Amino acid sequence: MHFLYLVFIDPFVQMGMAPDLLAQTLWEGLVSGVLYALIALGFVLIYKASGVFNFAQGIMVVFAALTLVGLYAAGVPALLALALTVAVMFVLAVAIERLVLRPLVNRPDIILFMATFGLTYVLVGMGELVFGGDTKQMIAKQLYLPSGAIDLAMLGGRVTLQKLDIAAAIIASVMVAALAVVFQYTRIGRALRAVADSHRAALSVGISLNQIWVIVWFAAGIVALATGIMWGARSEVSFALEVVALKALPVLILGGFTSIPGAIVGGLIVGLSEKLFELYWGPLMGGGTEAWFAYVVALIVLLFRPHGLFGEVIIERI
Amino acid sequence: MTEAAGHVAAGETLLAGERISLRFGGVTALNDVSFDIRRGEIRAIIGPNGAGKTSMLNVINGFYHPQRGAIRFHGENLARMNPGFAARSGIARTFQNVALFRGMTTLDNLMAGRALKMKRGLFWQLLRHGPALDEEIAHRRVVEDIIDFLEIEAIRRVPVGRLPYGLQKRVELGRALAMEPELLLLDEPMTGMNLEEKEDMCRFILEVNSQFGTTIALIEHDMGVVMDLSSRVVVLDYGRKIADDVPDAVKQDPAVIAAYLGVAG
Repeated sequence: MHFLYLVFIDPFVQMGMAPDLLAQTLWEGLVSGVLYALIALGFVLIYKASGVFNFAQGIMVVFAALTLVGLYAAGVPALLALALTVAVMFVLAVAIERLVLRPLVNRPDIILFMATFGLTYVLVGMGELVFGGDTKQMIAKQLYLPSGAIDLAMLGGRVTLQKLDIAAAIIASVMVAALAVVFQYTRIGRALRAVADSHRAALSVGISLNQIWVIVWFAAGIVALATGIMWGARSEVSFALEVVALKALPVLILGGFTSIPGAIVGGLIVGLSEKLFELYWGPLMGGGTEAWFAYVVALIVLLFRPHGLFGEVIIERI
Repeated sequence: MTEAAGHVAAGETLLAGERISLRFGGVTALNDVSFDIRRGEIRAIIGPNGAGKTSMLNVINGFYHPQRGAIRFHGENLARMNPGFAARSGIARTFQNVALFRGMTTLDNLMAGRALKMKRGLFWQLLRHGPALDEEIAHRRVVEDIIDFLEIEAIRRVPVGRLPYGLQKRVELGRALAMEPELLLLDEPMTGMNLEEKEDMCRFILEVNSQFGTTIALIEHDMGVVMDLSSRVVVLDYGRKIADDVPDAVKQDPAVIAAYLGVAG
C-alpha cells in the first residue's frame, strides 16, 4: 500500500507542493528534448532519402565538433573555423556519396547499413589521428554563445535558466523548423520526398539521386555540427558524445523513422519524460534512471504502435 | 499531326536502337535487336512473357546499359543512355508495376514531373515570393491542365498510395505528361484494368498522340488494344526480333503466330 502511494500519489503531491521545481525540470527536459530532436532529424533525413539507417550519425557529431575545436586550437579565428568546418562537412558529404553510396547503389539496405559502420570507424580513426583522443573544451564563448544564467522568481520559488540552454533551444528550434519547411514546401524538398518514395521513378523524371544524396548528407552534417556545438558547450568535446547520439534511437522508435514531426515530438517526449521520471520516481529505484528510461518508453510504444507514433505503416503485398 | 488510327506515320526517325545486345550473366535479354521509332507515331512492342520488351524500354531510357550496340537519338550516336540524360532530352516513361511517389499527393506527384523545368534557387523557394512563386504558379497551371485532361480532379489532394490501381496508372501517366516529353514510353499501361478503364486509357493515349504530337512507344499484352492504337508493331521472342511491320501484316506473320500459339516450326 505504501509502495503504491509512493508510485502513484506522492510524486504528484510533490509536483503540487513545489511548482518551481517542476517548472525547472520541465525546462531542462524541454532543452534536452529539442537537442534530441535535432540529432534524430539527422537520422530521419538520411533514412528518408536513401533508406539507410546511418550508424555514423553519432560520430559525425563528434567529428564536426572536433574539427571546429581543432581548427581553433590551430590558430584559426573562431568564426572562420566555423565556416571551414561547414566546408569540411560538405566535402565529407561529397566523399561519402562518391566513395560509399554510388558504388553500392541498388544493393540491399543491410549492405549500406554495414557501410555506415565502416564509415564510423574511418571517422573515429581520422578524428583521433588529426585531433588526438583527449577531451577538449567547446569554444562556446568565441562563437558568441551566451553564458551565465537568468533567475526567474516565479511560482513561489526560483527557476534558473542557463542562457546557453536558451540559445540552444532557439537555434535547434529554428533548424528543425527550417528543415521541415524545406522538406514540405520547396522544389528540392519535393525532390527529396520523391527520392524517398521511389528511386527509379525519381530517376525517370530527371531527379539526380547523386545530387540529392549530397544535399541530404550535407544537411545531416550541418545538423551534426549544431548538435556537437550545443552538447559540447553543455559538457565537453570527446568521443563520449557519440553516446548521446544513441539517445536518438528511442526518439526514432517513438516518432517513426520516416517522420520529421515524429522526430520533433519524439525528442520532446523523451527529453521531458526522462527528466521528470528521474526527479520524481528515480529515488524509488536509487536514481540513475536517465540512462535507460527512454528505452523503456520506446519499448512500450513498440508494443502498441510498431511503426512509431507517426511512422508510415508499411503494407506489403504477399 | 497523325490521325488517331491513321496507321502509317510520316516523320523522320526520332530514336533508333542499332544491333543491341543485353546480357545478365548467362541470360541474354536482348540479342542483336535493331528497331526505330519515328516522330509522331505510336509504336507497339509485343511478345510473350520474358521476350525482352521491358528490357528494351530500360535500354532506351538508360536504366540498363547494353553490352553491344548503340542508340541514336535526335541523330546523335550514344553508346549508352543514362536516366538523367534521357529525362533531360525529353524521354518520359511509366512502369509495368507502377512506380509513384506513394506518400505524396496526386498534385505533388505531377509537380515532381516538372522537376527539370523549375530553375529558381532554394533561397527564393523559401521566401515563396517573387520569381519562385511566379514559377510555381506557372508550373501549377500546366499541371492543372493535365489533371483536367486525365479527369483526375477529384483525387488532386489524395496521397497516391491510397488510390486504386487503375487510378494510380493514370496518375503515373500524368506525371510523365508533366515532363512534356517528346517521346513517351508506356510499359503495359492497361494491365489490371477493367474494360471501361482500358477504354479511357486508350482514349488518353490517342489524344496525347494527336493533340500534343507526342511520339509514343508502348508495351501491351492486349492484342485488340495494340492493333487499334499502333501504327507499327515490333515483335520480340526470346530476346530476338521476329517481326516488325504494320499491325495487319504482323497479325498474319507465321513466325508471330508460332511464337504466340507455340506451333512447331
